[in-house]
Amino acid sequence: MSLAAPLLRSAPSTKAASRKPARPWPNWLVSWLQVGPLALVLLFMFVMPLIFVVVVSFFDYERVQIYPAFLLDNYAEIFTSAVTGRLYLKTLEYAAIVEAITLVLGFFVAYYLTFHVRTLRWRIILMLACTIPFFTSNVIRMISWIPFLGRNGILNDAVMATHLVNQPLDFLLFSDFAVILAYVHIFTLMMVAPIVNSMSKIDRSLIAAARDAGANEWMIVRDIILPLSKTGMALGSVLVLTQVMGDYYIVRVLSGGKSAGVVSGIATQLNAFEYPPAAASSVVLLVIVLALVIGIFSIVDVRKELAE
Amino acid sequence: MMTEGGQPRSRSFYVLGFFFLLFLAFLYGPMIVIFVLSFQGPNGGMSFPMVGTSTTWFQGLLQATGRVGDIPSAFQRSLGLALLAAALTAVICVSAGMGFRRRFPGAALLFYTAVASLVMPSLFVSFGIALGFKELGWRTGLFTSGLGAQLTWTLPFGLMITFATIGRFDRRYEEAATDLGANSWQRFRDIIFPIILPGIIGVALFGFTLSYDEFARSSLTVGNQNTLPLEIWALTTAATSPVLFALGTVTTVVSFTVLTLAMLTIGLIVRRRAGGRLSAERSAHG
Repeated sequence: MSLAAPLLRSAPSTKAASRKPARPWPNWLVSWLQVGPLALVLLFMFVMPLIFVVVVSFFDYERVQIYPAFLLDNYAEIFTSAVTGRLYLKTLEYAAIVEAITLVLGFFVAYYLTFHVRTLRWRIILMLACTIPFFTSNVIRMISWIPFLGRNGILNDAVMATHLVNQPLDFLLFSDFAVILAYVHIFTLMMVAPIVNSMSKIDRSLIAAARDAGANEWMIVRDIILPLSKTGMALGSVLVLTQVMGDYYIVRVLSGGKSAGVVSGIATQLNAFEYPPAAASSVVLLVIVLALVIGIFSIVDVRKELAE
Repeated sequence: MMTEGGQPRSRSFYVLGFFFLLFLAFLYGPMIVIFVLSFQGPNGGMSFPMVGTSTTWFQGLLQATGRVGDIPSAFQRSLGLALLAAALTAVICVSAGMGFRRRFPGAALLFYTAVASLVMPSLFVSFGIALGFKELGWRTGLFTSGLGAQLTWTLPFGLMITFATIGRFDRRYEEAATDLGANSWQRFRDIIFPIILPGIIGVALFGFTLSYDEFARSSLTVGNQNTLPLEIWALTTAATSPVLFALGTVTTVVSFTVLTLAMLTIGLIVRRRAGGRLSAERSAHG
């Protein structure tokens, strides 16, 4: 089953195809010429570099030099070191919390946009309002929390003004709280867009029928909308999880260096030119990420969702 | 709850609407704060209160020396790289999108490789490319390894949008052209391309902004010349003045300008097309 099949389906093609003038080249060759540039970029800038990383993860190293070898030491270190173990736990903790928050938030934002906003014009305007921040810099959006959360920040001023606390709250900035807040802020859009895409494909007559049969809104959400937007939720989850697990700069700035994930550890090793252990750590995280992605994709047919 | 007019709004509409507004405030609030703070007076600090207003910090950006680093050059480099990335993303993705319309051996493998490139932790891609260049004895550079690293990020995104655009394309137009004797290049140039043009502009827009704001994949691959996000990153650890916010404001304004231009162009095309259809109908009826 080819990816292009859903695209082809729209064509009553056989008749038209037979009328086309004969090509000098076979169809598969034409297709490969067209996808060629994409394939070349991915081959040289993605597949081969990854192979390099995997190969180097078995190498030996000393100071800034690396030596070809076949050692399992770099891996042994990862699985025996308590520090590395903590980094992995921290990464998984961030990923789980952010996934849960963005999933709920993304679902309700998408639900509101798709089913409560009545006119197309407003739906487009509000959808744009939700997507515009995606086109701005993540680094800037991250640092924009600093004046907000600091000891003299806006949030603390507001809390102080209510006289509920006498001292500024210290846990707001440079803490797990700040890191998770920034993750949710930056990555929720990656959850909203695929869910909106799924929901907009739901046949409205299903919902009308359910309502006629006496279903209330909660039942409609639970029995119709939730199951039918699973693909979007899966796709959004993959994007959010991989972004959070791959991050090292948000956690560094907003935790004030107090917290770190797996990739932060890798970044530190890279700065020290310890390439082989960094490569081994990359491979291990990669296996975890891929297992997660494949696990999520196996629940739903994402390819179908993307192509339609 | 549904879209039919005339039905009374349920309470959930207002509750969810309230949460939606909170969500928008959450999205935009912090950004608005740094816009305001970037106009901080010369004696002001990195948070409120404002000590007068000034454009001191914006002027600070233009000085090519000092602690801030060379912002204008970094900006130029980022802009050039983003324009090139946008053009390449649009061309490569549209070409690939056309190729994917047919079944061909290896299509699924290529598609999943693109998806893998999208979900791969960015630092790994950057690391792998830097490592490969080092081992092969090549020097990393902005328009070689840097551009390539960014394309591994912009191309998969662009491909998704291309699929969405081409998937909506009505093939009957193409068949009509074939019936009238058009060859495949004429079909693409005169029929497919004009129809999917708004989508192509969208792909280029994604290519531009994703490249312009890209950080992690560029970090190890751009050689010794920094792009703007890398300069900003350097500033977050060094700067203790609102110059950081001024930079944030400027780069966000650039993103917004590009976004607006793309939207206006798409809007213009769509409107002209609707206008053409209308006048055609009018002349047919009149």
